[in-house]
Amino acid sequence: MSFHLILFLAFGAVCVGGSVNLLAQRHPINSALSLIAVMAALAGEYLLLGAEFVAAVQVIVYAGAIMVLFVFVIMLLNAGEEEETKGSRVALLLGVPGVLTASVLMAWVVLRHSGTEAVAIGALPGHPTDIAQLLFHDFLLPFEVTSVLILIAIMGAVVLASKPESAARKVD
Amino acid sequence: MVPLSYYLLLSGFLFGCGVAGFLIKRNIITIFMSIELMLNGVNLSFVAFAAHWHALAGQVFVFFVMVVAAAEAAVGLAIIIAVYRTRETLNVDQVNLLKL
Repeated sequence: MSFHLILFLAFGAVCVGGSVNLLAQRHPINSALSLIAVMAALAGEYLLLGAEFVAAVQVIVYAGAIMVLFVFVIMLLNAGEEEETKGSRVALLLGVPGVLTASVLMAWVVLRHSGTEAVAIGALPGHPTDIAQLLFHDFLLPFEVTSVLILIAIMGAVVLASKPESAARKVD
Repeated sequence: MVPLSYYLLLSGFLFGCGVAGFLIKRNIITIFMSIELMLNGVNLSFVAFAAHWHALAGQVFVFFVMVVAAAEAAVGLAIIIAVYRTRETLNVDQVNLLKL
């Protein structure tokens, strides 16, 4: 068993444990913390695949910015434990077998059809220079379009989260 | 050396957990986190395929997925705040009308 495989299994175990814990916890803040653990472990997997820059961005943007937003909203809305309802029991009865079937099918297809070639560490030049060359040269138009998307998302968030005008007037 | 199929299995498991959370969870914020989990699973398969085919474009697409995830989180959480303001609940079973 190579060192690379041991690292993959260690990070993978954190990923699996974190995502199962996300489903098992009833309080959203516990789910958010286990999701942060999953994202940090995924950054380790990206490092193993030779994608250093993606790993750094994963930690900064995903585990940092996006999850801070989630935790902030959970605290802002004072979200408590979720209660059992009739709908949740039906979802549990239908959802778990359905997802299990889909996962087993997917695993079967992957193991049957994918080759056994291994991914070597550092085999790919994941250097920021190469990524910048691709991002700002070959994918320049999609990059600019995503900047417009971000702008629209910011404006939409501000409009949606601000108080409705009638309520704001009442405060005044 | 780790076979590509191991990465794909892990990615599929993360995606499956995301789908299960989306179906099982009743708290709207946790449902949102399940969507993020699904996106992370897809990102892992993107990076694994990029390493396998020696194509750096796969890593660039991960950035686009992250941008979409960030935009989705910003707008979605704003919608959650708006819903909470009118209904005072985060349980999706009680948010069954589009009407405010």
